[in-house]
Amino acid sequence: MEKLKIQLGNLEFQNPVMTASGTFGFGLEYEDFFDVQKLGAIIVKGTTGEKREGNPAPRMCETPMGMINAVGLQNKGVDYFCQHTYHEIKHYKTNVIVNVSGSTIEEYIKVAEKINELEHIPAIELNISCPNVKKGGMGFGTDPKMAAEVVEAVRKIYKKHLIVKLSPNVTSIAEIAKAVEGAGADSVSMINTVLGMAIDAEKRKPLLSTITAGLSGPAIKPIGLRCVYQTSKAVKIPIIGLGGITNATDAIEYILAGASAIQIGTQNFVNPRIGLEVVEGMKEYLDRHNLSHIWDIKGVI
Amino acid sequence: MKHCDNFIVSEKKFLNQSFYKLKLKATKPLPEIKAGQFVEVQVNSDSKVLLRRPISINDVDYQTNELSLIIQTVGQGTKELAKISIGEEVNLVYPLGNGFEVKGESVLLIGGGVGIAPLLYLAKQFNAKGVKADVLLGFRSQEQMISLDEFEKCANVYVSTQDGSVGEKGLVTENSIFSKSHDIIYTCGPTPMMKAISENALKNNIECYASLENKMACGIGACLCCVQNTTEGHKCTCTEGPVFNAKDIIW
Ligand SMILES: Cc1cc2nc3c(=O)[nH]c(=O)nc-3n(C[C@H](O)[C@H](O)[C@H](O)COP(=O)(O)OP(=O)(O)OC[C@H]3O[C@@H](n4cnc5c(N)ncnc54)[C@H](O)[C@@H]3O)c2cc1C
Ligand SMILES: Cc1cc2nc3c(=O)[nH]c(=O)nc-3n(C[C@H](O)[C@H](O)[C@H](O)COP(=O)(O)O)c2cc1C
Ligand code: FES
Repeated sequence: MEKLKIQLGNLEFQNPVMTASGTFGFGLEYEDFFDVQKLGAIIVKGTTGEKREGNPAPRMCETPMGMINAVGLQNKGVDYFCQHTYHEIKHYKTNVIVNVSGSTIEEYIKVAEKINELEHIPAIELNISCPNVKKGGMGFGTDPKMAAEVVEAVRKIYKKHLIVKLSPNVTSIAEIAKAVEGAGADSVSMINTVLGMAIDAEKRKPLLSTITAGLSGPAIKPIGLRCVYQTSKAVKIPIIGLGGITNATDAIEYILAGASAIQIGTQNFVNPRIGLEVVEGMKEYLDRHNLSHIWDIKGVI
Repeated sequence: MKHCDNFIVSEKKFLNQSFYKLKLKATKPLPEIKAGQFVEVQVNSDSKVLLRRPISINDVDYQTNELSLIIQTVGQGTKELAKISIGEEVNLVYPLGNGFEVKGESVLLIGGGVGIAPLLYLAKQFNAKGVKADVLLGFRSQEQMISLDEFEKCANVYVSTQDGSVGEKGLVTENSIFSKSHDIIYTCGPTPMMKAISENALKNNIECYASLENKMACGIGACLCCVQNTTEGHKCTCTEGPVFNAKDIIW
C-alpha cells in the first residue's frame, strides 16, 4: 500500500492511521478483533512518573454525538510500563508510541528519559493538554511560554520523534503550535478533548465526579478540523489530526484540512475494528479518485 | 476470546410495561459463555445513540445458537433498541466480563429489578450441577414483575415487592428467606440493594458476590471509564468485574 505510506520527520508509517491515547489501551485489548499491527501506529495510554489512580467514579457519560470522560490519567506509572507492559507489546510490527503526561516539567523529563531507552518505542506524544488533572496537564498546553518551556526541556533529553499533543481549549491553537515548533517538536497532534460539562436535571447534580471534563466523539469533529486548518497555515512541522473521526471520509476531511496523518479515538469503543476499516476506506478513496498518494490531497483547502 | 458479530433477532417479547426480552441468533457457533457475563449492544448504526450499551446475558441456548437479553427501557438507547423487529440484525461485542463462579451447595441468588436478568442463567447452571438455588427477586410492585416460570423450573423462587402486591412486603433484605443460612449469596440489582445485602452478608460471615452496573464506554478494558473503587484501588468493572467479591468493594 505505497499510496498510504508516509514519513513524519525521521519516522516511517505504513499508513497514516493511528489509534488515540486512552482509547485503545495498549493495543492488546483489541487483538481479538483485528491484527492491530496493520495500523500506522498505536498510541498507548497516558503514562506518568508514578502510578495514578485517576478520578473517582462516575467517569463518563454520553452526550449528543459524543461522550465526556473524567478518567484522569489512571496508569501504573512509567516504571511498570518499562518493566512489564512494554515487553507485551514491543514485538508489534508497527509504531508503538507512548503518550507522556505529567504535572511538572521534572515529571515529563523523567518519563521521557525512561521511554527514550526503550528500543522499540520510536516516538513519544507529549500530552500537554489533558483537561482531567488538577495540576499541570492542560496548564502547560494553554500558555505558549509554558508549552515552549516543557517541550524545550524534553527535547534536550529525548532523542527520537517528539510529537506534542495540543488542547483546543485555547484562544489560538496556532500560536501554541508555533511555540512548540520553535521549541523543537517534530510534529503536533490535535485535538485533545474539549472541556465540557453535563448535568442531571432531575437529581440536580453534575453527571461526572470532576464536574467539568473532556468531550470527545463526532460532536467535536468541526472543532478538530478548524484547529488543524488554522495550524496548518501557521507551522511547517506535520500535524496529526484527530477529534470525532468515525470513518474514512472523516479521516480524508482531516487530510484535506492540512493533516499529514490522523488518529481515531472514541470510535474504537463503538466499532473495535474501525482502525482497519479506515485504512481500507482511505485506500478505496484514493483509488476512486485516481490519486497516487494520500498527500496529494493534503491541505488543499 | 472476545467477538464482534451481527446477530439476528429471533424473538422479541414485552414482559411488562418497561421490560422486554430479545432472543438473538448467532450466525456462527457461540463460544463458551459464563453466567454473569455481558454483551455490548450496538443500537442501530444510524441512530442518535453513539456508544454501545452493556446488557447482561440472561440465558444461552447452545442448541439453537441463541442468546437472550432482558432489557429495561430507561433512556434513549434502550428505547431505540425496543423498536427493533424480528429478523433485523444487531451487533454485539461478547462475551465480556469475568462472570460468576458457580460454587457452593446452599446458595441464595438475589435480584432487584432488571438485575434479575443474569441470575436465570446462573440458576440454570447451579441446577445443572445438581444444586437447586434459592432465588429471591425484588420488585417495586406487581407492575414491574415479569413471569417467573423459567426461574421456577430450576430454583426455589421467593418474591418481595415494596408495596406488598406480590410475595412479602418490603425490601429483599427483609424477606424471610434472606435470614435463612446460605453458604454464598450472589446478587445483581440497584446499588443500594446490593450494598445492603453485601454489608449484611459480611456481618454474618457469608461469602457474597455482587454484579455491578457501572457506566461503561468500551466494555473491553481500554478506556478505564468503568472503574469501581476497591480495597486494591480502582478496578475495571468490565474486565475485572462486573462480578466482585463483596469484601473487596468500597461502596
Ligand atoms: C455489566 C452491566 C450489565 C447490565 N445488564 C443490564 C441488563 O441485563 N438489562 C438492562 O436493562 N440493563 C442492564 N444494564 C444497564 C444498562 O446498560 C443501562 O440501563 C443502559 O446503558 C442505559 O442506556 P440508555 O441509553 O437507555 O439510557 P441513558 O440515556 O444512557 O441513561 C438513562 C438513565 O439510565 C441510567 N443509566 C445509564 N447507564 C446505566 C448503567 N450502566 N447502570 C444503571 N443505570 C444506568 C442513567 O443514569 C440515566 O438516568 C447493565 C449495565 C452493566 C454495566
Ligand atoms: C476515555 C478517554 C481517555 C483518554 N485518555 C487520554 C490520555 O491518556 N492522553 C491523551 O493525550 N489523550 C487522551 N484522550 C483523548 C483522545 O486521545 C483524543 O484526543 C480525544 O478523545 C479526541 O478524539 P476522538 O473524538 O476521536 O475521541 C482520552 C479520550 C478518552 C475518550
Ligand atoms: S468500559 Fe472501558 S475500561 Fe471498562
